[in-house]
Amino acid sequence: MLVSLLLVAALPFLLFTGLYLKSFLLIHDYHLSDLLFSKEWKPASGKFGFYPFIIGSIWVTLLAMVISAPICMLTAIYVTQYTKKTMLRILHPAIDILAGIPSVVYGLWGILVIVPFISKYLGPLFGVKTMGYSILAAALVLSIMIIPFILNIIIEIFKSIPIELKEASLSLGATQWETIKHVLFKKALPGIIAAHGFGLARAFGETMAVMMVVGNVVKLPHGVFDPGYTLPALIANNYGEMMSIPRYDAALMFAALILLVVSFFFNLIMHFFIARYNKY
Amino acid sequence: MKELKIETRNLSFYYGNKLALNSVSFNMYANHVTALIGPSGCGKSTFLRTLNRMNDLIPGTRVDGEILIDGLNIYDKDIDVVNLRKKIGMVFQRSNPFAKSIYDNITYGPKINGIHKKEVLDEIVESSLKKAAIWEEVKDRLDHSALGLSGGQQQRLCIARALSVNPEILLMDEPASALDPISTGKIEELIFELKKTFTIIIVTHNMQQAARVSDYTAFFYMGEMVEYGKTKKIFTTPDKKQTEEYITGRFG
Repeated sequence: MLVSLLLVAALPFLLFTGLYLKSFLLIHDYHLSDLLFSKEWKPASGKFGFYPFIIGSIWVTLLAMVISAPICMLTAIYVTQYTKKTMLRILHPAIDILAGIPSVVYGLWGILVIVPFISKYLGPLFGVKTMGYSILAAALVLSIMIIPFILNIIIEIFKSIPIELKEASLSLGATQWETIKHVLFKKALPGIIAAHGFGLARAFGETMAVMMVVGNVVKLPHGVFDPGYTLPALIANNYGEMMSIPRYDAALMFAALILLVVSFFFNLIMHFFIARYNKY
Repeated sequence: MKELKIETRNLSFYYGNKLALNSVSFNMYANHVTALIGPSGCGKSTFLRTLNRMNDLIPGTRVDGEILIDGLNIYDKDIDVVNLRKKIGMVFQRSNPFAKSIYDNITYGPKINGIHKKEVLDEIVESSLKKAAIWEEVKDRLDHSALGLSGGQQQRLCIARALSVNPEILLMDEPASALDPISTGKIEELIFELKKTFTIIIVTHNMQQAARVSDYTAFFYMGEMVEYGKTKKIFTTPDKKQTEEYITGRFG
């Protein structure tokens, strides 16, 4: 048991070391800032600029968060504070089903529904010509994928707030909304931030569904209707086909290393907020 | 002269189909302490919480009968519950300060009620904390988190918070049940002081406490108000056998 415990505890470190060694060839030959901030991605001529992928990932992730955060907040507040318990009983299975759907199914759904919707309706509505495969499509699909995770956590957080806090506020003559805004929200805030952090980490690493709708074009996106490319999609699309190009292998490992480091930092930050929530 | 403050008339309360209070009628007087005693589940807390309509929060509950406060039925259709609750402070069994500073805990109520002037708020903070006999202990750390206070201090802070909106009635739901004897003593002294200004209704499990702090006592059993009268009488020569048995510790 101790051995298995040590093994699990050592895994992140082993992963990190493995990826670092595998990408060492690239890190050794290039400046880190060139790798991270150069826009040129031409593996055949030895140019490895990860900037478009990093930016693509950030766009897709942040946009997905912008879409899902308000939906999650409002839904959680509504079902825990305003409706009868039966609503929650209806919502829970729906959330669980959404959470359990494989990401490739979300990707398919994105291709069949979201992509045409964007190219036929949303794009023209904003006067943009787009094929539909875009940052926005990826963000929409992603937001629907992460909503169940974030929503579940936020609902649990609101449910865990002692009823006495709410009653104390109401007994002072606060309205229901004032109570939610000033007391419950404040109490839940660190937990809410942590919930969104988990959603963000998931969105950042999501591969399949994003890859299917984002367009996979190595170009800096200039708007949400532009196609883009993300780090996980880069790895998934190219791994196995790059053996003939020198350092391509190392470059993909480097992309994985970036993902690992980013998710590590997110986890660190989330733990900080969770500790804060438990303290207050 | 004692002034009638709260009057309940045939007050019944249902959780779904379960009758929790059965036709309770009695009077509570201004500037007096009324203690509600009885075994667990007898309805005393439910009764207390009907007085500021806190039970409204629990789905599937129903109230029959009337509660008159200053002659007005608080279950009337056009009563504004939010306004009603401003008149009635409440202190809970578990101390429940907000996750804010000591200062902000006290100013929360006044701010909700539209008071924003710093000088006025400062004054409310000082006077409320003084009334709750905790000013001396916290005056140098008003900006510290209320959650850093001891249990007894937190409870007195909650009393101060309840007083901050200048209520006329103070409802206390076993305010000392989670406290050590010294803190309990402080709360009891405080109740003695507070009844000069407020009408106090207190639920307690501790019969010595009821005997010490209250002027009137109502004994509840299985949803019924069995006996009500001057505390001295209830604790020395109760009319009902059930009351006597409970007080002498034969059940409950």
